[in-house]
Amino acid sequence: MKVVVCVKQTPSTTAVFSVDGSGSVSWEDPGGKPHVVNPWDEYAVEEGIRLQEEHGGDAIALTMGDEESQEALKTCLAMGCTEAILVSDPAFAGSDTRGTARVLASAIEKLEDVDVALFGKQAIDGDSGLTPMQVAVTLGWTPLTFVSAIKEIDLDGGAITVERLVQGGKQTVTTPLPVVISVVKEINEPRYPSFMGIRKANRATIPTWTAADLDIEEGNAGSSASKVDWSNIYEPPPRDTTVEIIEAETVEEQAKILADRLFEEKVI
Amino acid sequence: MLDFSLTDEQKSAAEMVKEFAEREVYPTIKEYDRKQKMNPDILPRMAELGILGINAPVRYGGQGFDYVTLGLVCEELERVDTTLRVVMSVHVGLNSMGVFQWGSEEQKQRFLAPQARGEKYAAYCLTEPGAGSDVASMRSTARRDGDDYVINGEKMWISLATVADHFLWFAKTDPDADPPHEGITAFMVEADMPGVTSGDIHGKLGVRAGSTGWVNCDDVRVPPANRIGEEGEGFKIAMTCLDNGRYTVASGATGLIRASLEASTKYAQERRTFGEPIAQHQLIQQKIAQMQQWYDCARLLYLRAGWLKNQGVRNTRETSMAKWYATDMSFQAAHEAVQVHGAYGYSDEYDVERYLRNSRGAIIYEGTSEIHQLIQAGYAFGWRRDKPLRCELPAYDPDFWQAEE
Repeated sequence: MKVVVCVKQTPSTTAVFSVDGSGSVSWEDPGGKPHVVNPWDEYAVEEGIRLQEEHGGDAIALTMGDEESQEALKTCLAMGCTEAILVSDPAFAGSDTRGTARVLASAIEKLEDVDVALFGKQAIDGDSGLTPMQVAVTLGWTPLTFVSAIKEIDLDGGAITVERLVQGGKQTVTTPLPVVISVVKEINEPRYPSFMGIRKANRATIPTWTAADLDIEEGNAGSSASKVDWSNIYEPPPRDTTVEIIEAETVEEQAKILADRLFEEKVI
Repeated sequence: MLDFSLTDEQKSAAEMVKEFAEREVYPTIKEYDRKQKMNPDILPRMAELGILGINAPVRYGGQGFDYVTLGLVCEELERVDTTLRVVMSVHVGLNSMGVFQWGSEEQKQRFLAPQARGEKYAAYCLTEPGAGSDVASMRSTARRDGDDYVINGEKMWISLATVADHFLWFAKTDPDADPPHEGITAFMVEADMPGVTSGDIHGKLGVRAGSTGWVNCDDVRVPPANRIGEEGEGFKIAMTCLDNGRYTVASGATGLIRASLEASTKYAQERRTFGEPIAQHQLIQQKIAQMQQWYDCARLLYLRAGWLKNQGVRNTRETSMAKWYATDMSFQAAHEAVQVHGAYGYSDEYDVERYLRNSRGAIIYEGTSEIHQLIQAGYAFGWRRDKPLRCELPAYDPDFWQAEE
């Protein structure tokens, strides 16, 4: 089977987000690790590798970004993806999720015969969670969001059964392939890159596809096509809070006072 | 040519190990430290991930990385807990690398390969209840009986004593040799050989989440195929193993300095006294600056030793210097880190008291700081010179290391 895992390179989880007066955003990481594979996407990468291990074929990591995004793809290769493709073009800069979805969908079509396109449920920087749905709409494939388990894949019959996390429960869905899946962290425990994988990844040549390779026309991606306007970015004003330390002779008494207060405030 | 850069492969390998230690060891380390028990999941996980064979050639079950990567990995491991690096010191530095340097091809397949794959755990048995720095006074004996050797003796302060499958054991085949160290021979004693017993020591100041103990041989029959090197070559083997074990101790201690530095810079920015974060107080800044200096120097010293190993150049003096400096300074750094944390640093609510306890042992094992000073002075006076060895540690050759066969 052919699986594509769409990943995004994001600031690391330890990076400190700040906005200056002019609305410029910066992510400084005191740990010195500037970029990582979006942590949500690691679950998608793991699931893609597991599908490849179980059913054979390819698990292809795909990202749209600048040259530096190769690092994220190398991590995917080191974890066990069989191939990686970077989609990069100055014309794509400033794309909103719709533009990004068009580019990714076009790359997935170019790869041909893809059965499953996997995504993390959202990226830790933009946090919109829109791209998987928009890719599915662009491709005309079934979107399966918030997937917590892939129960069965019937490649001969062309169907997939998954479990989705929905409000208050789980839902089992069976649908024809191909599909776009966004996964939640309950689906698996991502592996570390292996030492052998690290060596392989560092020696891999990652192909770059440009706008010309994907037939993306001007006005379909990049800042000119963006319907989303980030005109004003600011840090939320600090909330007015007060701290109250509950004092009592015993822990039980403290707990009772705390419970009473929570009832009073209608918190519980 | 001088080049301080690390390759992407080296950096990625260190990053992977860092992630493992933070994710899988850190969350439970206080609990196991208090219980004075080794987390039973750790060794199998290190084996599974390939960490136990990081620098062994692929043909011997390893991952084919270089000696510098071994150092980087040890730094990342000890940054989280000393017990992890101790595993590397004995399993990799003192045992596996010794077999790689001195063992026959058959012995590399029999001992090194399963060790590098992590199927067998390895330890190093030199120290005895009455013989530490004075190695040549050891009382363990290996008497010839037909083709076999019969080993008797007790070893003490052995890391992984109750966990290891393979013990690199040093014993006297010629108790009357003059000088005495020329009567020592090395053997691979297997834990399941009749007559081998072991136990753990509790009540240690530090490294409490690790196994340290005694191993006893009572008329243990060892075939000649388990003799590493020639008869009488044991002292040289023991010393070259220490060149590698000390390298892991030095790089690990460097990680411990970094842990103290990181904990201190974080705490100093959170904790406020006299109306401002204590980071604003100059005497706190001085401690931070010193820790940074110790870290930089220790790291440069161990990377130099790693580079020499990669080149295939003897590095006894440079490794000894790195080990002496890094361990002394890791104790200093942990001591200052406790001071930065004030009374909180004195309790195990914070990590720095564990750093202080864990740092102390390395000033004693694998050459006390006093022994390292004698070594340095010996080289400076010209009394001590490295003589060529029958088996040198091979220079790192990526083609040989990474080839399957």
